[in-house]
Amino acid sequence: MEILWTFIKVFIIVNIVMLHVAYAVYFERKVIGHMQARLGPMHVGPHGLLQPIADGIKLFFKEDIIPSNADRPIFYIAPVIGVVAALGSVAVIPFWRGFSIADINIGILYILALSSIGTYNVILAGWASNSKYSFLGSLRSSAQVISYEIAMGLSLVGVIMLAGSANLSDIVEAQSGGPFIVSQFIGFFVFLMAAIAETNRAPFDLPEAETELVAGYFTEYSGIRWGLFFMGEYTGMFVMSALASICFLGGWHGPDFWIFSHVPGIVWFILKVYAFIFFYFWIRATLPRYRYDQLMSLGWKLFIPLALVNIFITGVIKLL
Amino acid sequence: MFLCIKSVGMPGEYVPIDYIPVIIVLFVATLIGLLPLVMGVILRPRRPYPLKLSPYESGIEPVGEPRYRFSVRFYVIAMLFVVFDVEVVFLYPWAVAFDKLGLFGFIEMMIFIFMLLVGYIYAWEKGALEWD
Repeated sequence: MEILWTFIKVFIIVNIVMLHVAYAVYFERKVIGHMQARLGPMHVGPHGLLQPIADGIKLFFKEDIIPSNADRPIFYIAPVIGVVAALGSVAVIPFWRGFSIADINIGILYILALSSIGTYNVILAGWASNSKYSFLGSLRSSAQVISYEIAMGLSLVGVIMLAGSANLSDIVEAQSGGPFIVSQFIGFFVFLMAAIAETNRAPFDLPEAETELVAGYFTEYSGIRWGLFFMGEYTGMFVMSALASICFLGGWHGPDFWIFSHVPGIVWFILKVYAFIFFYFWIRATLPRYRYDQLMSLGWKLFIPLALVNIFITGVIKLL
Repeated sequence: MFLCIKSVGMPGEYVPIDYIPVIIVLFVATLIGLLPLVMGVILRPRRPYPLKLSPYESGIEPVGEPRYRFSVRFYVIAMLFVVFDVEVVFLYPWAVAFDKLGLFGFIEMMIFIFMLLVGYIYAWEKGALEWD
């Protein structure tokens, strides 16, 4: 019986997350549209509100083109791996006090592990497509993602040291006195940049650099399979935003005065997550794409030493 | 049901009960990933012809092998990644137990990081981190 309830709970939460993911695409188009003095989608429904649904239906009815020399089984499963890896991370995220699907004590490790598995969809898709653009895109992406994964892992060590736990709920509880961003601003900066590179977003979207690689690793994908890649990417953005708000901005904690103390925790959490999502779109509209050598040397020569320095400083301050 | 077994049995009988929801989430996620594909089979048209199925190459006939030789730098990066990722894995339990380990643990870990830094500086000096 208990397992059935968990099942229903999981199903509802995962579907709510999927709804947010679908509307993140709409949100992105609106935000970037307005930043470029356009209106964004306007025709389907009032202010284009039904646009994500129309897009989804369209993708279902599109032909699924599989190149004749593609490696079929791998080509089939690659997009699914991305979706599973991104959605699976939702399991450990604490949405409000005492509520997460699975309250495991290695929450951070679990999310990092799944984000590494997410790399597989990129490299398998690029390899299986048997196309030059896909191959180059997947090579670039795998090198980029593994480089920034180190920086990301290191940047979270400071947070774990302060909280004394890798459980995400414990980390949020440890921030009741004030968010970790105050003492961990170096870690926060490194984490934010690494998260953008990890989810292959602009300005680090080299793997899909439209102007030179067409679409990178998913050049050969079409229809709903292509849609699954986007689903995975946007869910990954949500997971990274949630992780950033849990580890650095205090998750469900809000300002504790006046009427703000009566606002439920989930509202604060969602507000913080959407602030990060907005930040993602904002820099996409603002910054040009990096060059590949700049990207790699930024990751290896700046972010990794910075994160190590952050660990050292945190350790010294904690010991004093 | 196996859910009745508590996670406090004998060491050999340990059931990681907290992880059952994780498995359910992964299962539901797989379902959500596969469902559109299965639904798509019923809905979408299928009209292939050889030109449509050829790999994309900006509209011209594909030239040469798609999987050609690539820069050795990618390989070096992958090797460095293995070293550093193992380092990160070691740092996590240390960070969780930081308060208990105290100064001794801190110095111990700094020596470990220092040894890795020597390799890191060597790789940097050798130009493993350069892309030209």
